[in-house]
Amino acid sequence: MTQIVPTPVASSWTTAVVREVERLGQDFVKLRLEVADRTPHVPGQHYVVRLRAPDGYTAQRSYSIASDPDDPLVELMVECLPRGEVSSFLHEVVEVGDVLEARGPIGRWFVWGGTTPALCVAGGSGVVPFVSMLRYARRTGTEPLLRIAASAQTRERLPYADELEAYGAFIALTRENHLQTDGSERVAAHIYPEEIVPLAEGIERAYVCGSVGFVSFVGRILGEAGVRSDTVRVEQFGPTS
Amino acid sequence: MPVTRGFTGRPRGGGNDRLPPGQHDTGAGWPTLTAELTPQIDVDEWTLTLDGLVEQPTTWDWRGIHALPADSYFGDIHCVTTWSKFDTTFSGVSVDSLLEVTGVKPEATHVFATSTTGYTTNLPLADITDGKAWIVWDFDGKPLTPEHGGPVRLLVPHLYFWKSAKWITRLELRDHDEQGFWERNGYHDRGDPWLEQRYQGDA
Repeated sequence: MTQIVPTPVASSWTTAVVREVERLGQDFVKLRLEVADRTPHVPGQHYVVRLRAPDGYTAQRSYSIASDPDDPLVELMVECLPRGEVSSFLHEVVEVGDVLEARGPIGRWFVWGGTTPALCVAGGSGVVPFVSMLRYARRTGTEPLLRIAASAQTRERLPYADELEAYGAFIALTRENHLQTDGSERVAAHIYPEEIVPLAEGIERAYVCGSVGFVSFVGRILGEAGVRSDTVRVEQFGPTS
Repeated sequence: MPVTRGFTGRPRGGGNDRLPPGQHDTGAGWPTLTAELTPQIDVDEWTLTLDGLVEQPTTWDWRGIHALPADSYFGDIHCVTTWSKFDTTFSGVSVDSLLEVTGVKPEATHVFATSTTGYTTNLPLADITDGKAWIVWDFDGKPLTPEHGGPVRLLVPHLYFWKSAKWITRLELRDHDEQGFWERNGYHDRGDPWLEQRYQGDA
C-alpha cells in the first residue's frame, strides 16, 4: 500500500454544481458537489466555497471534505453558525442545480494517507475530516490503522453518528446518556482519560479537530495517555472564550 | 465567475476601505486556528534568539526583552481564514529594536521564524523592518493568552496572520527564502491580504 501524497493546492478557482442537498435538523446541511476540473484529495483536506453577489461582493469559507477520494462527488457537511454569512446561505437558500465557486483541495498537514496507525478525536462538527478518513480506510481495508473517538453534546449534534457507530468509533455524549455498541449505557460526560488510553495504544499520530476548548481538553488527556505532543496534529476552530 | 443564485451578502453600506478583499469583520471575537497543540510556556524559561546573518547573534530572556524600548501596534489584523479584526492593540518591542542590537549583515534578505512547537514561517526582511513588525506579549493591555501565542508572538499585521508566528523563539536572518510550515502546506509565500495572496499560485 503506497502512501497517497497530497498534491500542491489547486491554484485556481473552479465551479461546483450542487447535486445533492440534505438538511439535517437545525444544525447541519450536507452538500454533494460535482467539481469541475477536480484534483483528487487526500482525506483530511478541505475546500473553500465562495459565494458571489450580483454587485461582485464575495464571501468565502473553508469546509472539510467528508467524502472518500474515490467518490465521484465531493461531500461537505456544513454547520450552521449564528450570523454565519456563508453557512446560513448554504443552510437556507442553496438548491440542487446551483453553481458555486470552489477551490481545493487545500491543506497538506491535517491529512491521513492510510499508512500511519492513528487516533482521530473529534468534537461535534470536527468529525467531518475523519469521515473522509474512515470511508477511505473502509475502501482500502486499512481500518485497523484508524481509530476514531467523537464527542458531542447530543447525538443530534454529531453528524454522521450512524456511520461512526457502524465503524466502531468511540462516542462520548456530554448532555445525554448514550447506548454503547456493547449494549451498556454511558452516562453523559466528557471523554474520560481512561477511555482514551486503550485507543491511543500503539498509535504513531493523533489528529484532533474541534473547538478551542475541546482541543485544549483533548490535548491534556492525550498527554496523560502518553501521546507525545509533537505527534498530535490539530485543526482547531472558533472563537476563544 | 458566476453570480450565486439568491446570494446578496451582508449589507455593505458603501464599502469598508479597511476590509481587504474576501475578508469580513469578526467584531469583538478573536477566532484561533492552529495546527498543533497549544504549548504552556513558562516565562522564566522563555528566550528569543535572533541569529543568522547578523553581526552579533543575541538571545533575550523575559527580563532582557522587557529592557528594550517599549513599542505598541494599534490597528487591524487579517487572517487567511477570512476574518479581520479592527482596532487591536498589541504591546511589546519593535523588531527594529532587536535588529539594532544585533546589526544586519548586508547579504541578509529573508527571515525564518521558529516557534517552540517547531512551527515556522518565512518573510522577506523588508516585511519585518521599518516599523512593520513587533515581538508582542500584551493584547489590549493584558498578557497574551497561550491560545493566541502567549507569552510572546511575532506580529506582522500587514500580512495574513499565519506570518505572525505564535510562541516565537527564534528569528534567523538568511540570504535566501525557504518555505515555512503553512507555506509548504499550500499557503502563499508572502501573504499580502490586500493582494489576496492566500494560497500557492495566487498572484
